[in-house]
Amino acid sequence: MSVRHALLALLSEGPKYGLQLREEFEAGTGEVWPLNIGQVYTTLQRLERDGLIESDHDDDAERDSPQKRFRITAGGDRELAAWLRTPPDMSSPPRDELVIKVLVALLVPGTDVHEVIQAHRRYLVELMQQWTRIKDDAGRDLALGLAVDAELFRLDAVVRWLDAADGRIKRAALEPPVAARADLPRLKRTTGTTR
Amino acid sequence: MSMLELRQVSKVYGQGATEVHALRDVSLEVDAGTMVAVMGPSGSGKSTLLTIAGSLEETTSGQVLVAGHDLATMSRNDKARLRRQSIGYVFQDFNLLPGLTAAENVALPLELDGIGARKAREAGLRALNALGLADRTSNYPDQLSGGERQRVAIARAVVGDRQLLLADEPSGALDSENGEAVMRMIHAACRQGVAAVVVTHDAQLAAWADRVVFIRDGRIVDQTAPAPGPESLLGRDR
Repeated sequence: MSVRHALLALLSEGPKYGLQLREEFEAGTGEVWPLNIGQVYTTLQRLERDGLIESDHDDDAERDSPQKRFRITAGGDRELAAWLRTPPDMSSPPRDELVIKVLVALLVPGTDVHEVIQAHRRYLVELMQQWTRIKDDAGRDLALGLAVDAELFRLDAVVRWLDAADGRIKRAALEPPVAARADLPRLKRTTGTTR
Repeated sequence: MSMLELRQVSKVYGQGATEVHALRDVSLEVDAGTMVAVMGPSGSGKSTLLTIAGSLEETTSGQVLVAGHDLATMSRNDKARLRRQSIGYVFQDFNLLPGLTAAENVALPLELDGIGARKAREAGLRALNALGLADRTSNYPDQLSGGERQRVAIARAVVGDRQLLLADEPSGALDSENGEAVMRMIHAACRQGVAAVVVTHDAQLAAWADRVVFIRDGRIVDQTAPAPGPESLLGRDR
């Protein structure tokens, strides 16, 4: 989550105070991502240093003053427009802890990997139940609805991966060991071992 | 009050070498006003659980109680009446009768139950109205969108004084927005006191339930714990 660009977006509406920025950030993200005021001022300080915003006062002593108002610069506007259109890096798979746990469970003797998968599935569905309750109560809060949907789709994708892994592991257990398939036709062998 | 209770229910299809254990010792209780989702892979027994709960199929062993009545001790006629009056079914492919309008489809179970045509029609229109279909009541199923057809099917399932709603993949092939609308309707019915069992492989739909049970190879292997309040997710504790 880029707090930096979210603050630029809020300042693109007009000059604002630090405290006001925190409140608007939280309202704009459906309060799904809380932000502490220290984080707001540190980020503002960096944005100012980079020339993307400017403030009423240049005096360092008043750096965190609640009276200080910030406004976006032309450079800040350009930075924001470019960021909105730049896709986040999704090209390399993240080192997912859950994927690693399932892969490791396959290696540990005496471990029922299906039971390990189910423990994670249950936890994820419980989280989804909580988010769904929040969505149900959200009413017409558009920002909250969107943020909760994003979370639900993300968790759903993980549950679906667990379901697929469950099935794949079950099928693999039913297949004869690779060595026993040495006399199978060539095509079958290559399909069976393709990665 | 428990609206549906399954006590150590088993179901076996076939005999000898072709024997298939669809359900093994399944126990499940669903109270009035609550929604339970049943999740599991295809072939895990979740649809069998639903047909047995709805008295559409017999158990091999174990007991099924609907609103406190043991299905095994009921006559065929009594069971038929229970199905018409107390249980509503929603299927993946809607199962609407093509030659009847939306209003006629919804009123049909009431008419079959001996309620006068006018009263049945009024109740049907009320149910359709509550689901936002007031202007589609005279349309035939093939004149409705998939989402509208499923809403008609839900109206038909809750019309009258149904206490138990059984749904098998109720969002079927609907997109996520219509799927959510279907779950919101079932959720709303539960708030009015209906007990619902929803069978699905879709975690986003299951997440609408008060409790999710997981079924695998005919056994209930796990279930979710009651969810804590939203504070735990929304970080209001700083």
